[in-house]
Amino acid sequence: MLEIRNLHAGVEGAEILHGIDLAVNAGEIHAIMGPNGSGKSTLAQVLAGHEAYSVTEGEVIYEGQDLLDMDPDERAVHGVFLAFQYPVEIPGVNSAYFLRTALNALRTARDEEEVDAIDFLTLIRDKLKLVEMDEKFLKRSVNEGFSGGEKKRHEILQMAVLEPRLAILDETDSGLDIDALRIVANGVNTLYSADKATIVVTHYQRLLNNIVPDFVHVMLDGRIVQSGDKTLALELEEKGYDWIKEEHATHSV
Amino acid sequence: MSSQARELETLATSDYKFGWVTDIEQESAPPGLNEDIIRFISEKKNEPDWLLEWRLKAYRHWLTMTDPLKRKKSEQWAMVTYPDIDYQSIVYYAAPKNAGDGPASLDEVDPELLATYEKLGIPLEEQKMLAGVAVDAVFDSVSVATTFKETLAEAGVIFCSFSEAVQDHPDLVRQYLGSVVPHTDNYFAALNSAVFSDGSFCYIPKGVRCPMELSTYFRINAANTGQFERTLVIAEEGAYVSYLEGCTAPMRDENQLHAAVVELVALDNAQIKYSTVQNWYPGDIDGKGGIYNFVTKRGACRGANSKISWTQVETGSAITWKYPSCILQGDNSVGEFYSVAVTSLKQQADTGTKMIHIGKNTRSTVISKGISALLGQNTYRGAVQVLKGAHNARNFTQCDSMLIGDQCGAHTFPYIDVRNPSAQVEHEATTSKIGEDQIFYCNQRGISTEDAVSMIVNGFCKEVLAELPMEFAVEAQKLLGISLEGSVG
Repeated sequence: MLEIRNLHAGVEGAEILHGIDLAVNAGEIHAIMGPNGSGKSTLAQVLAGHEAYSVTEGEVIYEGQDLLDMDPDERAVHGVFLAFQYPVEIPGVNSAYFLRTALNALRTARDEEEVDAIDFLTLIRDKLKLVEMDEKFLKRSVNEGFSGGEKKRHEILQMAVLEPRLAILDETDSGLDIDALRIVANGVNTLYSADKATIVVTHYQRLLNNIVPDFVHVMLDGRIVQSGDKTLALELEEKGYDWIKEEHATHSV
Repeated sequence: MSSQARELETLATSDYKFGWVTDIEQESAPPGLNEDIIRFISEKKNEPDWLLEWRLKAYRHWLTMTDPLKRKKSEQWAMVTYPDIDYQSIVYYAAPKNAGDGPASLDEVDPELLATYEKLGIPLEEQKMLAGVAVDAVFDSVSVATTFKETLAEAGVIFCSFSEAVQDHPDLVRQYLGSVVPHTDNYFAALNSAVFSDGSFCYIPKGVRCPMELSTYFRINAANTGQFERTLVIAEEGAYVSYLEGCTAPMRDENQLHAAVVELVALDNAQIKYSTVQNWYPGDIDGKGGIYNFVTKRGACRGANSKISWTQVETGSAITWKYPSCILQGDNSVGEFYSVAVTSLKQQADTGTKMIHIGKNTRSTVISKGISALLGQNTYRGAVQVLKGAHNARNFTQCDSMLIGDQCGAHTFPYIDVRNPSAQVEHEATTSKIGEDQIFYCNQRGISTEDAVSMIVNGFCKEVLAELPMEFAVEAQKLLGISLEGSVG
């Protein structure tokens, strides 16, 4: 589904990703872990197409197409979704309107019929249950005055409505209490299916208790330095990142 | 930069959808302004002597005044610049031929003209069937057709062109004309008083709630023509009316002057709601062409408990210079001003309001949203005056500016003059920039950049758009999107 080859990218001339290789197949959940500043979020932003980041080398093939050649909204149309680490506020635009606009933008681009306001309400009520959010959220401006947990649940709500094929969760667990964590994980698990793939970017192992990854990758200084199965995450939890830094340093020498 | 600007220009101006010219026979006065021209206009309209005298008085006063732009720099307060206007090159009267007597019904209206209004999205024929909106359409200088006249007459409401009102209701016109905006008020109001050619007249009798929204569409068609319409709305005791106006003009390389005057009078317990969607041709990115929209709008809350509410969405015109104001004379009277002003391309807007508190317990609310893009310059200028006798006066002003891009400007000039210690005046102001992050967030959800800008801007203007009647709100939302197309990315 997704193949990243030797990806180099950075911002304003400073390279942050120094050659990433990663293959993700349909039906897989990949966790990308690593200490702060290792380039995890940059990778997520580059995949979504944020224009502040420029790709200097390498390629990303998504379902046989050159992902880097697509505009951010085209990527969304092709099923790429990013749950933001810091969801953005849009004052005066209520969540229901925003979500319906997004859904219909995707549907129109895919030559599907638009969803009218009534059908949308039926659809969204169902999805709200999944993230345990009240209907009154729909009337609030997008992310404005939301608590940290509400913002993250709102991201998962959008994911539930837009039904992406490749979902990238950027530190969705940061700042969440135990309950919110459970709700978010439950949402992700419910939406999982064999034709979809998920990349979970996280600093901590705790989310991975609820979302069980098939693969765990550790990023350090803009490179993936180690890959393994879920036991790698547990090992990291136990020992921290230092041992991997040391080991990597030794290897490099 | 210049090729990029060129691209933006194409994008931005290709979307002025009202830029055609209607090919119909025009009857015009020769260009230029003198007493003979004024006599010509007055005669064409078969006006009574008192009105001719009033026009001449205004003209003679105008001659003593100085064009605001020719004043000393220190006395030029508006943040707008434009080349000298040659008042002698303007045509002060242009009318579709054969419209001199005014059509008795839609059947008598030139089909070309009706087609024009259909292009504008106001099919008069359909308007008859669609309940709710009565339309008076002013084409260049003459009012073309007024629908729904009969239905309104049953309620006792008078809604007609200004010329008709002069013929049929001269006493009302004489009583109120110039009573809110005197002919000496300012340079452009004086000019209008001298040469105004038509406009709308609306009278709601005592205790009547006007059964439908009243609406006027203005269009400037002829070249080198100024449009000087005059609107007068009178709400008697306990009356209510909601009035809408919309404006468009063809794309022309030369500038055209639009100097209108609107006067509103609300007596005891009366309410007037006046909404404008202004989309005159804005000119291009180099500032070529476009309408100079120099308009004086003022409402007098003469009676106790009366209320006047202005709502405006200003997206067009090369230059907008207008300050719809309220004189709060009656005790407990209420004035409101809700405004969205967009300046893109090389547009300039200096707009705001004046709330003059005279009566006791008078209240006013001002919500202004300014949006600037490309090379647009947007100024909010608002005055709140609380006079000595205005005990317990209240004002709340909120003034928000949004910038799109880094070459536009937003300016805010609040003037507050309080002479009564019991008054409470609040002013809040914010400036924000449409963030790349907001657009990226929308893009990531599949929403295109154009749609994202439109959505973010509409969200920003929400409080004002909510004040517009339903049909207008939808139109205004689309217009905001169209006006800002090509301003990002």
